[in-house]
Amino acid sequence: MVRAVVTYIDRRTGTAPFVRKTLRYLFPDNWSFLLGEVALYCFIVLVATGTYLAFFYQDGTTQVVYHGPYKPLEGQHMTEAYRSVLDISTTVKAGLLIRQTHHWAADVFIAAILLHLIRVFFTGAYRKPRELTYWLGVTMLTVTLLEGYLGYSLADDLLSGMGLAIGYGVALSIPFVGGNLAALLWGGPFPGTHAFFARMYIAHVFLFPLLIATLLVAHLTLVALRHHTQFKQSRRESERKVVGLPTFPAQTPRSLGLAFGVAGVLFLLGGLVQINPIWLWGPYHTYSSTNGAQPDWYLGWLIGGLRLMPHWDFVIGGYTLVPNPFWGGVFYPLAVFGFLYVWPVLEQRVTGDSGYHNLLDRPRDAPWRTAIGAGILTSVVVVFLAGSADRVLVLLNLSYASQIWFYRVAFFVGPLVVAALTYRICNALQAGDRVERDRRLAEREGRAAAGET
Amino acid sequence: MARRANPKDLVVAAAVLLVGRRRPKSQPERLERVVPAGEPGRGSELVVLALLLAATVCAIGFIVVYAVDRIPRQTQFLGLSLGLALLFVAAALIVTAKRLIVTEELVDDYPATEHPEEQQLVTQIVDESGSRITRKRLLTLGAAAAGGSLGAAFLVPLASLGPVVHTGVLYDSPWRRGRRLVDENDRPWRAADIEQRDFYTAFPEGADKETLGSPLIVVRLDPSSLHLPAENANYDANGIVAYSKICTHAGCAISLYRAPLFPPDAPPPAFVCPCHYSTFDPATGGTVTFGPAGRKLPMLPLMVDRRGYLRAAGNFDGPVGPSWWGVRLRGAH
Repeated sequence: MVRAVVTYIDRRTGTAPFVRKTLRYLFPDNWSFLLGEVALYCFIVLVATGTYLAFFYQDGTTQVVYHGPYKPLEGQHMTEAYRSVLDISTTVKAGLLIRQTHHWAADVFIAAILLHLIRVFFTGAYRKPRELTYWLGVTMLTVTLLEGYLGYSLADDLLSGMGLAIGYGVALSIPFVGGNLAALLWGGPFPGTHAFFARMYIAHVFLFPLLIATLLVAHLTLVALRHHTQFKQSRRESERKVVGLPTFPAQTPRSLGLAFGVAGVLFLLGGLVQINPIWLWGPYHTYSSTNGAQPDWYLGWLIGGLRLMPHWDFVIGGYTLVPNPFWGGVFYPLAVFGFLYVWPVLEQRVTGDSGYHNLLDRPRDAPWRTAIGAGILTSVVVVFLAGSADRVLVLLNLSYASQIWFYRVAFFVGPLVVAALTYRICNALQAGDRVERDRRLAEREGRAAAGET
Repeated sequence: MARRANPKDLVVAAAVLLVGRRRPKSQPERLERVVPAGEPGRGSELVVLALLLAATVCAIGFIVVYAVDRIPRQTQFLGLSLGLALLFVAAALIVTAKRLIVTEELVDDYPATEHPEEQQLVTQIVDESGSRITRKRLLTLGAAAAGGSLGAAFLVPLASLGPVVHTGVLYDSPWRRGRRLVDENDRPWRAADIEQRDFYTAFPEGADKETLGSPLIVVRLDPSSLHLPAENANYDANGIVAYSKICTHAGCAISLYRAPLFPPDAPPPAFVCPCHYSTFDPATGGTVTFGPAGRKLPMLPLMVDRRGYLRAAGNFDGPVGPSWWGVRLRGAH
């Protein structure tokens, strides 16, 4: 039976040698290599659940009066878009499950990409010959952040509308071109033309997913062409020899198991753990807002950046050179992503190491890289935490203003302290490794000597 | 005629299916193995079967929950059944991987770092293909001109998206001298409706409420506590002051008003935007007292007509909404 299928396919495509090679392609085994796979499976769940949602979503911004099963909103004015999301959440069977699963999948997707990036960074996996793979991955992260933002903006509930207003403010703040760019994208001053939601919709369900899928295929192709990196775990692994499990039979059920596992957890979350209950937020109007508003977690560092910035607009004559939201909303994320993009080149320049690397570093093996990475990460975490200062005020009654001042100081001091500490810890761990190695060597010599006598 | 299956037969049949194993077929030709042989794991086979059965039950459960409206908590049960079905399949696959399949750890070569000969050939092919061309630079220039202008031609229609050049619309405000202030349901506000320690949202009568220039935040302050700067003198109507409700930082609506409860000691009155906590002082013309906003809140001059209704006495003292490069170049219009 198998033979018949293989023969049939090979006679028509001539791909038997390729299939054989694919089946015996090796996957080095380490739990941290699965983070990227988790992201991939989240993407598949996102496409599937998103398609279902698109069967019901309407992108209209015409104001309608709500009459439906959710009584607290009875008679309220809202856009068709918001009403359709309300309907998905109330009257469409399985609609709420799919919507919540979609939302959870987006949150887990970006978390998995970020953890994957952290793994790649701290193990030096981006080094030659894998810089292109890395840059494609970083680009995917930026695109997914925008894609996620578009996704929750489409619901047009109060929170998403506030998020869009902030997005408009940030777009306006770009020096020299902000006013023109925002007027172009929104089709006029906020809230923009009726076509604006149609633009977001096509971007969210077609342009961005297509872009992500294309980048993803290129990313995975490059991984396969160069084979995966590996840790030095025994004598067998080397820069020239890859050790791992073959695609078939060993890797296939493992990867499929992970895929089903990820999907299972996402559907459990979607069914059992409420996320973004848009019926509670109510419809958005430019003149309404609510306290304690928080975006999805992956935009927390942007709201933190916006909140930390002191109240300066840079003005020359009457010309506003840099409006305030630019710093937190554009400059800081650009700086972080700029660092991520240039790092492989920068490291190569500074260390003079332009060799091929198939073996991964442990973080301690490259103390400078680990220290710098930990510093940058600390800066992002500080800004992220600053975004939650208002929740901390409510929960712990710590003054908001003093928290902001604390974070302003921590933003500059924290990364330096963490980087210095990390550097020392790495060196201490390395020293510990050396002691351990010496001890084992001495023991072996001692045993050998004892055996001789 | 259909006959009901005897339950005993069913159990026996199931047991045979479960426990019975097929004899391995004798191979017609003995080939050298590629995948090494391993010990059979009958216990694990049973575990995998049980997990697949559990997945089947859960998947059917999902269909049942979907089909039967009377089952309460649809979302929870749908998610639970589907999630568990997927997780059982995942578990079956993992057990298969760990227990039923030979896990080979193989060694292979990493691909060659580079192919100098091929690189040379590719370079030659490209280089030699152009050997008949004499004016290479000029042709490249021509191609760049054509390509660049075609690319630009494809992009230019994007300008239809919005007024990319005519950003004058960003200064627009629907407020004009004499326009009445109305509430969300188009009822006009009387000066007498506006009480201290509360805040009110107002719109220009007959205008679109959703544009950034429309909504106002209106409060009444003790006239003795007003310290309006010279350019905003007389903007209040007997202590009633009106400002754009849109925060000058990032465009959210200002929906928090801190009214002093016991005046001498309490902090002064303040408008707070809940997005990034920009704080403005309504007593001093909307100056920023805390938070990231880089511009004061635009103030609208007010007057009270003979029948007691609040009316605008002019336009805002500056453009509304978040800052852009031109926000300080002109006033609202």
